[in-house]
Amino acid sequence: MSLYAFTGAIETGLAFALVALGAYLTFKVLDFPDLTVEGSFPLGASVAAKLMVSGVDPWTATLIATFAGCLAGFATAFLNLKLRILHILAGILTAIALYSVNLRIMDRPNIGLINMTTVYTPIERLGVPSLYAPVVLLAIIVVIAKILIDLFLGTGVGLAMRAAGANPRMAQANGIRVGRMIVIGLGIANGLTAMSGALFAQMLGAADVSMGIGVIVVALAAVIGGTALMPSRLVPMLTLACVLGSILYRIALALALSTGAIGLTASDVNVVTAVLVAIALWLPVRRSAFVKRLGR
Amino acid sequence: MIRVENLGIVFNQGTALENRALHNVNIAIAAGEFISVIGSNGAGKSTLLNLLAGELQPGTGRILIDDTDVTSWPVSRRSTILSRMFQDPRAGICEDMSIIENIAIASARTAPRGFRFAITSEVRRRAIDRLAILKLGLEGRLQDRVALLSGGQRQALALVMATLGPTKVLLLDEHTAALDPAAAELVMKLTDSVVKKFGITTVMVTHSMRQALEFGSRTIMLHQGQIILDIIGKERASMTIEELVRLFRRKEGTEIADDQLLLTQ
Repeated sequence: MSLYAFTGAIETGLAFALVALGAYLTFKVLDFPDLTVEGSFPLGASVAAKLMVSGVDPWTATLIATFAGCLAGFATAFLNLKLRILHILAGILTAIALYSVNLRIMDRPNIGLINMTTVYTPIERLGVPSLYAPVVLLAIIVVIAKILIDLFLGTGVGLAMRAAGANPRMAQANGIRVGRMIVIGLGIANGLTAMSGALFAQMLGAADVSMGIGVIVVALAAVIGGTALMPSRLVPMLTLACVLGSILYRIALALALSTGAIGLTASDVNVVTAVLVAIALWLPVRRSAFVKRLGR
Repeated sequence: MIRVENLGIVFNQGTALENRALHNVNIAIAAGEFISVIGSNGAGKSTLLNLLAGELQPGTGRILIDDTDVTSWPVSRRSTILSRMFQDPRAGICEDMSIIENIAIASARTAPRGFRFAITSEVRRRAIDRLAILKLGLEGRLQDRVALLSGGQRQALALVMATLGPTKVLLLDEHTAALDPAAAELVMKLTDSVVKKFGITTVMVTHSMRQALEFGSRTIMLHQGQIILDIIGKERASMTIEELVRLFRRKEGTEIADDQLLLTQ
């Protein structure tokens, strides 16, 4: 694998680490399989790109994109809580609707951002080679996001959210409004996802309406893979596992595709992902079976 | 304290399985009273408790707590004035969270939750104080996951959680039924001492006639969704388990299919 491919894997892994942190909140903390991300990721990209070509500065554009992602999360929460639609279906409905919304926002299927001032430009001006600028900035953003989530999950609302996901009946018996926790959790998760989309588009040099396809599987690969490799009960370790899972997934993918010997090409990305996720899902099962056998 | 008026609920209304789980139940519970509720399976004991907790909505009637009509309040809102313990030792706690995290969740039951750290030195101090009363050594294991605790220890923790904050009413849903006899005895004694110490109005559903008479100040018996017995004071003090069963049969005028259940110790 070339250095260029390796750097690419790291920066893509870091960009998607934000989606993975969001998926940790929904899948792991809230026990709410949220498929909204398939729409909120390109939503973040679309909003940021449209604003940037309209002359808005890249940081403001990224922040507004993040806020738009929160709204997408609220939409799914509304479908699930008020219209009583199954959580997984509620997310799919929002994601499907967002496809059209994103086309409306951009007025066309994609917007190019090449040669535009992005959030990465100031880093390059500091003297960081343009190849590494995204890695530096994304690493800082991901670390901040990870620490903020760790801190959040230790607050009154954060503990309430964990209880709402782990034991809704107990949560309600302790005065926690489970529905409100779902709204907050989906809001944060999709905000992070949209921010990831905005940052990814600026890195890629384009926002595309179809860039959300498979985001959920990538996020799952990071969360499930990361936590399977680093099993822990502690929140800071679990969020770290999600971030590392996201990076390792990209490296594993790059390795699998670069070793020409196996004869895999870029078009095989999805099947490789599916295999990686399947292995990650199977690992904890195999481990507990092994522990049981030892116990006998 | 609690006033239940004309309370009724029908399950599966209009189907072949229609079941009048509770019918025209009226009861007034004074502040500080500790009521035990007995009855055979399907008598409506748990239904009554779930209606008080807000997990079920009644078909008829209303529930007042401190003269406030709480009938339409959802569980989470009702939980700000009442607390509960469940039969399943896993139901009242979060297994994957630590003892102190569980207590921090419970200690915010009556207050709004904010974005400040939940586990403050104040919460920690109160947790140690209250856990020490149990004499189970849990005060030294604050960081342990609750999954590591036995059923009896979990229910003892759940008891602390339920009585930590200000609570007007404590609802106990056969909270010792899933424990081994020694643990059941321990949890029941702890419950009794905590309830007495803080003078909490308590409604305890139990399958054990002995427990029903030994603890609390008043006993009601439900049968087919109605209160058929309500004993208090001297009448209750001199009541034996055998008498209670006899009384039940006379009042009801029928044989109970499962004496075994009524006589369980």
